[in-house]
Amino acid sequence: MSTTETPASGIGPVEGDSLYSVDNPAPVIEPPRKRTKKTPKSTRGNFELAAWLFMRLSGVVLVVLVIGHLLIQLVLDGGVSKIGFAFVAGRWASPFWQVWDLLMLWLAMLHGANGLRTVINDYAERPNTRLWLKGLLYTATVFTILLGTLVIFTFDPNIR
Amino acid sequence: MATPVLDKADAAGSPEPGFADSPYITVTMRIRRFNPEISAEATWEDFQLEIDPKERVLDALHKIKWDLDGTLTFRRSCAHGICGSDAMRINGKNRLACKTLIKDINPEKPITVEAIKGLTVLKDLVVDMEPFFQAYRDVMPFLITKDTNEPTRERLQSAEDRERFDDTTKCILCAACTTSCPVFWNDGQYFGPAAIVNAHRFIFDSRDEAGEQRLEILNDKDGVWRCRTTFNCTDACPRGIEVTKAIAEVKRALITRRF
Repeated sequence: MSTTETPASGIGPVEGDSLYSVDNPAPVIEPPRKRTKKTPKSTRGNFELAAWLFMRLSGVVLVVLVIGHLLIQLVLDGGVSKIGFAFVAGRWASPFWQVWDLLMLWLAMLHGANGLRTVINDYAERPNTRLWLKGLLYTATVFTILLGTLVIFTFDPNIR
Repeated sequence: MATPVLDKADAAGSPEPGFADSPYITVTMRIRRFNPEISAEATWEDFQLEIDPKERVLDALHKIKWDLDGTLTFRRSCAHGICGSDAMRINGKNRLACKTLIKDINPEKPITVEAIKGLTVLKDLVVDMEPFFQAYRDVMPFLITKDTNEPTRERLQSAEDRERFDDTTKCILCAACTTSCPVFWNDGQYFGPAAIVNAHRFIFDSRDEAGEQRLEILNDKDGVWRCRTTFNCTDACPRGIEVTKAIAEVKRALITRRF
């Protein structure tokens, strides 16, 4: 009797036999997102949606606010030479300009901070780098917004 | 009509010597080689070959593999732009090697060929596609209906409803778009254009009933909102799918659903 093993199909052994069979089926692939151990369970939510929408809306409003601001400050009525303590004091005496400047400050700071946040997300590779850069960004943003708001509301034209 | 190339019986007035009737030109293929068994570093290697400029980059790769260096490793299956196996970075742009003619990519200079970016290179031009397919699986790219009974007749759809997602049905999962996306290059967590295109194909299919679920999946931190509309994906797609537009439509659907 011949002892040579002949594959049943007559075809030689295929390189890398099929891993799976009826008794050993291929694993079922779960649909939910699971990529790495570090990936958080649920990263869904509407924050990114809101941030995306905010960028567009604040951008549109800022175009009006900033161009208006630049025109008043630098172009109209004598241009930059008219700006002085008295000019600023005169403008901030009116609630309209206070609200204008406040809105511009908040929108510009949040718009810029959110833009930088996405830049950090896109370019910082290590989680620690991200954490520190974002921490720095948020600190600077909060500080600037609070300081600016404080100045707009507590501005004293009679300061000596 | 052009004179047949083989018909060179009359030697009268043969033009420039050397290149008389031969369509062949010499091209340099500069290929990014990587073999983890030899070196952890990838290196460029040049191959000179004679080839008809009307042939494709894939033919040049075949010539190298079959005649010059059998260790060159790349993926290809159908070789006719359908299977999506041979996406690679040719002269710095993601293309299918089987749909790129030599004459179209300036054969006078060396033609650089490297693996698509953002995925782990296994050897030479072969990458680990698993993260790419994981993102694809995550968007549930299959028909989902609430009615779990087996249908007794075909699920009908009007021509207009079919037209709504026609563009995104053309995807062949070659990964040219996803691996051309700078956001994907960074940490590979972004779903990527291909997954969004395939989600789009079902979100806007009138027969499918899990559009809400898919939108919710793409509302993820690493979902559609990471798209920066750089249009790299649209430029890279060998099927001409308007990828960025599809992503924008998913964004719009998410916003109009909310507000």
